[in-house]
Amino acid sequence: MSVRLGTEPPSAPPPPPARLGGTGRTRGPRRRIDWGRYYTWLVLAWLFTPIVFMVAFSFNDPAGKHNITWQGFTFKWYANAFAHPTLNEAMFNSVSIALLSMLIAGALGSLLGLALGRFSFRGKQLTNLVMFSAISAPEVVLGAALLSTFLMMNVTTGYWTTVVAHVMFCVSFVAITVRARVITLDPALEEAARDLGAGPFTTFRLVTLPMLFPAIMAGGLLAFALSIDDYIITTFVSGDVTTFPLWVWGATRVGIPPQVNVMGTLLFGVGLIMAVVNVVMANRRR
Amino acid sequence: MRNRTTTPYVLVLPAWIWLALFFVVPIGGMLSLSLTTGNVVTGFQQTFEVGNYVTAVSTYWEQILRSLFYGACATLLCIAVGYPMAYWIAFRAGPHKSTYLLLILLPFFVSFVLRTISWRFLLADNGVVLGSLKSVGLVPADLQLLNSAPAVVMGLAYNFLPFMVLPIYAVLERMDPRLVEAAHDLYAGRFQAFVRVILPVSLPGVFAGVLMTFIPTSADYVNASVLGGTHNTMIGNVIQTQYLVNNNYPIAASITFVLMGLLLAGIFSYARALGTERVMEVHT
Repeated sequence: MSVRLGTEPPSAPPPPPARLGGTGRTRGPRRRIDWGRYYTWLVLAWLFTPIVFMVAFSFNDPAGKHNITWQGFTFKWYANAFAHPTLNEAMFNSVSIALLSMLIAGALGSLLGLALGRFSFRGKQLTNLVMFSAISAPEVVLGAALLSTFLMMNVTTGYWTTVVAHVMFCVSFVAITVRARVITLDPALEEAARDLGAGPFTTFRLVTLPMLFPAIMAGGLLAFALSIDDYIITTFVSGDVTTFPLWVWGATRVGIPPQVNVMGTLLFGVGLIMAVVNVVMANRRR
Repeated sequence: MRNRTTTPYVLVLPAWIWLALFFVVPIGGMLSLSLTTGNVVTGFQQTFEVGNYVTAVSTYWEQILRSLFYGACATLLCIAVGYPMAYWIAFRAGPHKSTYLLLILLPFFVSFVLRTISWRFLLADNGVVLGSLKSVGLVPADLQLLNSAPAVVMGLAYNFLPFMVLPIYAVLERMDPRLVEAAHDLYAGRFQAFVRVILPVSLPGVFAGVLMTFIPTSADYVNASVLGGTHNTMIGNVIQTQYLVNNNYPIAASITFVLMGLLLAGIFSYARALGTERVMEVHT
């Protein structure tokens, strides 16, 4: 101690004040209020307002038919979640149509995405253009066009026309998701497989497909989400068949039963769990 | 490698067939339907009646203009609200970027219709928002938010905000931070660095965001019906009513084509002004 003090006095005392002053000056601006954070949370609060309302009012005990003002807390709508047979049917239709769209659009879109990401072929530009148009066309135009054609062909609209329409607007989204992954694949891995004696199908099955699997899953889930949420196209092509959004829409005039909030909350919960699992798994992979 | 010529065609064929049968052909079918005359009872005859378009535009020009106006307002609102948010997440959120993006997307796990109807209840005259403000006396008792143009624009901006935030974020996130450092080294202040460096780099993201919000918002009718009442109907409402309620298919198809034409003209002039690749690249 004494040695250090003895050797350092000339230089030691000046640095501390200088350093303190220095950090004080640089820390000053950093300690300013981070308005961007508050702003972002404010916007997020706006985005979550209707969700909070929906979840909260699934526990409400409304006096009349309209579940708008807070009356009291109850679990009874969760106990009777399936008290409306037509609502159950609509929910079943929504889920089964979404599953079918996921499978069909997932398969067709993955093949399309693989071709677009891997090969150059005649008609590639045209394919891109058609996909771009199908994605950017407003839903009302897609629905109206399909209904026009079904009318002219005397096709009765219903369950299967809805599936057809949902697959149509989901295919491009799946293809884009898969294409993005195909482009980033390292071709050396497939070459290595071939060098080790694997044929083209074995290479695809054991090397390419496993690497594409996360993107195919993501594309399929995107198709499921787009399908189960769709209202506009479905109104045009569903005929007498009712899906969950259509049932909710129809119920607005007579008052939406709290079971709708319950089902909305449950769907939100499933989405939330899947998102959290996805984030956790992505972090673990890293 | 040897079957390079046939493999891609085999892969794209199923999707091609689906998109051709249920997207390309129906657009043609709608064009054909828009040029017919008749009604549901007598059937529709292909008479190449161009007058349908004249009728459609002269009857519904007000709704067409209103749709484009509401769409533009909602798009501007999305830029104003979304840009600062995308900027903050890209540059300041540090390791929590993906968490914030997830938070932006989470509300959209709830059905579009349900979200919009929730806003209807929230904004109702004696609903959770206005009712409590009125009981405290913060706003006049006769204040009404529902069934107004601002309510529709708010709803549209609400429902399509992520389509603006995500492309802007994607561009800002990829931006080389050394560009900003270079600007500061060249004595640019924070404002100068933003206007001269960050903003130009982020413009493709804004353009993509505009495309992805303006098209769906100007063609939407859910927000207008749920939040706009009877005096704020948009062109989508007209199309829906003419198809599904009045069964006046030729006029309905004509209006849809007019809407599509207007939006296409917009996209093409937009793409010409900015370069097609740029628009396509960010968009798809």
